[in-house]
Amino acid sequence: MLDVMDSPTRSTLSQTLLQEVQMLANQFQQTFGRMPSFMEVCGSHTMALARTGVKKALEGYVRLISGPGCPVCVTDQVTIDAMISLTDGSDRIICTFGDMMRVPGSYGTLMQAKTEGKDVRVVYSPVDAVRIAEQHPHQEVIFLGIGFETTIPILAAAIKEAEEKQVHNFSMWMSTKLVEPILRQLLHEREVSLDGFLLPGHVSMVMGRAHFEFLATEYNMPAVISGFEALHMLSAIRHLLMLALKQHAIVLNDYKSVVTEQGSVQAKYWMNHYFTLCDEAWRGIGVISQSGMDFKKEYDRFNAKVKFSVLTREPRRTKCRCGEVIRGLIDPPQCALFGKACTPLQPIGPCMVSSEGSCAAYYQYMREE
Amino acid sequence: MERITLAHGDGGQLAHQLIADVFVSMFRNDRHAKFDAATFTLDPHELAMTTDSFVVKPLFFPGGNIGKLAVAGTINDLSVVGAIPKVMTCSFIIEEGFPICDLKTIVQSMAEEAKKVNVEIVAGDTKVVERGSADGLYINTTGIGVISHSLEPKICEGDSVIVSGSVGDHGVAILVARGELGLVSTIESDCTTLYPLIAKALQASQRIRLMRDPTRGGLATALVEICEDFGVTIELEEERIPVKQEVEGACELLGFDPLYLANEGKVVMIVPKEEEQAVLDALRSQPEGKAAAVIGTVRAINKGQLLLRTPLGTTRRLYRLTGLMLPRIC
Ligand code: SF4
Ligand code: SF4
Repeated sequence: MLDVMDSPTRSTLSQTLLQEVQMLANQFQQTFGRMPSFMEVCGSHTMALARTGVKKALEGYVRLISGPGCPVCVTDQVTIDAMISLTDGSDRIICTFGDMMRVPGSYGTLMQAKTEGKDVRVVYSPVDAVRIAEQHPHQEVIFLGIGFETTIPILAAAIKEAEEKQVHNFSMWMSTKLVEPILRQLLHEREVSLDGFLLPGHVSMVMGRAHFEFLATEYNMPAVISGFEALHMLSAIRHLLMLALKQHAIVLNDYKSVVTEQGSVQAKYWMNHYFTLCDEAWRGIGVISQSGMDFKKEYDRFNAKVKFSVLTREPRRTKCRCGEVIRGLIDPPQCALFGKACTPLQPIGPCMVSSEGSCAAYYQYMREE
Repeated sequence: MERITLAHGDGGQLAHQLIADVFVSMFRNDRHAKFDAATFTLDPHELAMTTDSFVVKPLFFPGGNIGKLAVAGTINDLSVVGAIPKVMTCSFIIEEGFPICDLKTIVQSMAEEAKKVNVEIVAGDTKVVERGSADGLYINTTGIGVISHSLEPKICEGDSVIVSGSVGDHGVAILVARGELGLVSTIESDCTTLYPLIAKALQASQRIRLMRDPTRGGLATALVEICEDFGVTIELEEERIPVKQEVEGACELLGFDPLYLANEGKVVMIVPKEEEQAVLDALRSQPEGKAAAVIGTVRAINKGQLLLRTPLGTTRRLYRLTGLMLPRIC
């Protein structure tokens, strides 16, 4: 969409780029006798690819597989249940990013808890939750800390604020995830065959290009860091195709305006100041060692898991196939519940509610009927 | 037990269901209740009447306040059915403790907005509720207008879809004004009375088929409703839809879609292709219509789908907003 009307430039540009990508993809098919397949690691890419029509325009040319990059979708059911049951205590204010509100736990959602009168608040930044804690000194404010490398520094910023202001009634229930371990896991398992990765600009902004070098050096896998506009993504896919054609594995930064070689030194410093690596359970995948971050011992006073205990029941099993969706094994419509029993209004799994989930992306942007 | 959730109030799919299941089905008035304002004949005039409640947070935002919004909103609902707005009532629910100076500012801007188009506020009501049982102030306005143009929506294949300016401004202005986003922006709400603009357009063309003001739920939801109500298929061209750069930036950051953000001073029209230029010229002659643009075409008069053609040349279907728009995690 443009500010000034009637300017065909962007459209001509993207259409030229699209043709080039299609041509390269044909070349790949001729050379290797199959369609090239790339994984977009990040949920924002999944959404943007669907919304801008790139995914549809490349149907039959390039297989785009959504990866495990949506923080809501990869959160284990037990964790979601625990987060929801945190609302049970009295005198608690639960603060969360909006995305979590409608995620179905085994026995309800945060939205339901709120409707039933629990104090659940959507904040746009965890720092706002610290402010709420200051305003309600006699209540406990718990922030549900989920997210990837993009979010972890913001979580750290909130802890820093709480520390400086000596806010004692603020804590976080951490369930964060890191991109590197899950990519290694996927490449080890080799359940899907891939010709390259489309790497998220946001995470790379924090971690830097060099952080992903291991993909090329250890796994011989080309990867391109990309922004989120149609042009950005097409350009990155074009690079990926050229690399795949030449069987040349490098990690390319195609988002130089935002991403640097080493990323944000500041952000990384604060992440490592408060948090340390920990094992995390990934939905549908299981526990991956050292794949998340949790509080260092000396900051346990901010650790909601230490401050509060929750009773979690055995998670209820559904026929949701999120686990396979996020591993790139199936496309959302292949789940029997998709669009029938499971819709954004009545989601069965998190992939349908998260604004970065691939089921939601398909439902919102790829349905045609 | 089913309960009201916030998502029932956002103009999307759930709101639509609630209206259909609870109000329309119980008031048994489906023909009239469907549109922005009901029209009826009261000899010798055909009249239009509409009512609306305003519960915005915050009460003051860049470009306006709840009072301006309450008057403009009702005038706009009348204007889009081809009525000249004449009289209005307003009723206030005020929370104990509300500063009277703020109330004065709000009422002042209501008066100003009404005066712009010679609407008289003829009746009103005030209730005060205990501290804690309302969020400062709620306003309900009801308006009556005299129909000057009977719009008879005979939408045809090839008709053009016109929007009077950039979309999503109000939505972003409100989000920023809540101060929760840590965003600073210069975006002001487009909140304004559309009657003068619409009157100009109606002068320019006798054949405007249909008008809507795309408020909650945004442009996309308003057009989905038109497509469903009239069974027509509309194809929008993404690149032609005017969106301010700041709005686009905020949306990209938050994971929102400007097509679903609220507007409070925009009108979308369906006009015959031949009249397109005349209507555009008329709209662009007014300050509020300077960025008016043709954004799409009626492709077929069956199926009832809203389609969006992307700059890549692909199309995708647009639906009602499903659930609240909540900002993404990063
Ligand atoms: S957390 Fe960042 S990398 Fe992950 S899905 Fe969101 S935007 Fe993408
Ligand atoms: S469609 Fe629903 S049930 Fe199926 S995988 Fe997606 S979220 Fe899970």
